[in-house]
Amino acid sequence: MAVEALPATAVSTTPDHEPQGRFKKFLPQYVAISPFFVLFAIFGAFPVLFSIYISFHSWNGIGEMKWVGLEQYTYLFTDPQFWAAIGNTLIIWVLSTVPMLFLALVIANALHNTVRFRGFYRVAYFIPNITSVVAVTMVFGSIFSNNFGLLNAFLQSVGLNKIEWLSQPWGIQVAIASIVTWRWVGYNAIIFLAGLQAISADVYEAAKVDGASSVQTFFRITVPMLRPVILFTAITSTIGGLQIFTESQVLLGDTGGPGGAGTTIVTYLYKSAFVDNQFGYGAAVGWALFVLIALFSIINWRLVGGREKS
Amino acid sequence: MTPENTARTRTIIGHVLLMAGVAISIFPFYWMVVMASNTTADIFAYPPRLVIGSHLFENMGRVLDNIDFFGAMMITLIASTGVTVLVLFFDSLAAFAFAKYEFPGRNLLFGILLATFMIPSQLALVPSFVTLAEFGWIGSLKALIIPGAANAFGIFWMRQYARGAIPDELIHAAQVDGAGFFRQYWTVGLPILRPGLAFLGIFTFISVWNDYLWPLIVMTDPNRITLQVALQQLNGIYSTDYSMVMAGALMSVIPLIGVFIIGGRHFIADLAAGAMKF
Repeated sequence: MAVEALPATAVSTTPDHEPQGRFKKFLPQYVAISPFFVLFAIFGAFPVLFSIYISFHSWNGIGEMKWVGLEQYTYLFTDPQFWAAIGNTLIIWVLSTVPMLFLALVIANALHNTVRFRGFYRVAYFIPNITSVVAVTMVFGSIFSNNFGLLNAFLQSVGLNKIEWLSQPWGIQVAIASIVTWRWVGYNAIIFLAGLQAISADVYEAAKVDGASSVQTFFRITVPMLRPVILFTAITSTIGGLQIFTESQVLLGDTGGPGGAGTTIVTYLYKSAFVDNQFGYGAAVGWALFVLIALFSIINWRLVGGREKS
Repeated sequence: MTPENTARTRTIIGHVLLMAGVAISIFPFYWMVVMASNTTADIFAYPPRLVIGSHLFENMGRVLDNIDFFGAMMITLIASTGVTVLVLFFDSLAAFAFAKYEFPGRNLLFGILLATFMIPSQLALVPSFVTLAEFGWIGSLKALIIPGAANAFGIFWMRQYARGAIPDELIHAAQVDGAGFFRQYWTVGLPILRPGLAFLGIFTFISVWNDYLWPLIVMTDPNRITLQVALQQLNGIYSTDYSMVMAGALMSVIPLIGVFIIGGRHFIADLAAGAMKF
C-alpha cells in the first residue's frame, strides 16, 4: 500500500507564540484522533500482546492458567490437524482465487468495452458481495447437496452420474471455493475496471499506430499498467482467502465435514478455543495465521510489485 | 466483414458474455426464492421444481414460529446502526484532523494507524473475548458495538477523501470567524464529507449486519443472538425443512439488498475509487 506524502498545504492551527503550550494548542486534534487509538489499545494492541502471553499457557478460559512455555508451539508443529487445516486453506484459496481473478479480468475487459447498461452490470455483479455469507452458503449447500442438490439433478438430466459433493474432500473444497469465487468475482472485476479506466487512451492509440496485435497490447500495456491494481486484488484476496471461516462452518459445522476437508485455519482456531476450550492453543494458531498472512503478502508483493524496480 | 460489422459483433458477444455472468450472479437469489416459496417435498422431487411457488408466506410464518426472528433482527439492527453512527463520527473526526491540520507526531501516528491493517482480526479473537469477559460485556450489545466503534480503514479512507474535498480556504475563513477545531469540523468538514460518509456508512452497516464469527463468539445468551447466528441455528436444527430455512435466509437478505439498491451505484463507484488510492 503506497501512501502518498502528506500535503504541504495542511492548515496550521494558529500562529506560533508560546512553545510550552504546544501540546495544549494541538489538544483538539489529539482528542479527535484519540477514539481510534484508545479502542485499538484495548481491542487491538493489548489483545495481540496478551495473545502471546496466553499462547505460552495451557488454559480452558475459566480456571487457572498454567505456564507451558513453548509447548503449544512445539505441539502445533507436529499437529497433523493443524497442517491439514493449512493444506485445506491453501487448496481452497487456490481453487477460488485463480478462477476468481481470471474471470474478474475477463468481465472487467468486457465492461470496459461496453458503453450501454454499464451501471446495471456493475450493480448486478456486485450484489453477491454484499449479501450475507451465511444465507449464501445455505443456498450453495442446497445446490451441492448429495441427494437432492440442483447440481446433481442437472448432472443426472444430462445422463451423468451423481457426485457426492459434500462427502469427499475435493467435493467439499470445490463447494467452498465456488462460494468464495461467486461472492468476490464482481468485486474484483469492479476494481480491475477502475484500473482499466485509469489507463490513458493515448497509450492504446500509440500501440495501434505501431501495429501491435490485441494480444501484444494486452500483455505489453494492459497487464503492466494494471500492476498496482493486480497487487491490491492479489493481496486482499490472499488475506481474505487465509481467513475463510463462515463458508466452512455454515456448510459443514465445527468439524469441517467428512475427513475434516473443510477445516480451515480459522475454523481450527475457532474450534480449538471456543469449542474445545483450549484458549492457549487457539492463541498459538492465531499467531501461525499471522505469520502465514505476512509471508504470503510479502510473496505477493515480490511477485507482482517487486519487478518494478529492476 | 467491414470494420463496423466486426465492432458490432464484438459488442454483441460482449453483452452475451456479460449477461451470462449476470445470470450466474443472480441465480442463487432466484433459487433462494424458489426454495422459499415451494414445499420442501417439491424442491426435493426429481426433477426439482424450478419455478416460484405459492407457499412463501406459509414458510415465512414457520420461521417466525421456530426462531425469534424479529428479536434477532432488532439486535442486528441496533448493532449495525450503533457501529455505523459511531464509526461515521469518530472516523470522520480523526480523518479531518489527519487530513487538514499539522500537529506534532501526526505522521508517526498515521503510520501506526496504517500498520494496524496488517494485524488479522482473528489474532485478537481469543484475547479480545477474554478482555470482554473481564469487562462483563459478553452477551451484551456493548460487545457487538464498542470494539468496532472506530477503525483504521474508515479513517484512512475518509482522510484520502477529506484531503481532496475540503479547501484550506474554508477552514481559514472559519478560523478568522473565531471557530475552534470542533466547530470547524462540524460546520466546514462534515457537510463537505457527506458523500464520503454515505459510502463508509453503507460499507460499515453491511459489514456489521453480515458479520458471523464475532457475534457467534460473544453473543452467548441464546435469546440474544444476531440474525446471522439465528439463521445458522435454523439451518443446523431444521435442515430437513429446506423451504423454511430458505424463507429465513430470504427474510434476512431483503433489508440488506434494499439498503444497497438505494445507495448502490455511488457505493460501487466510491469503492473502486478507494481501491485505486491504496
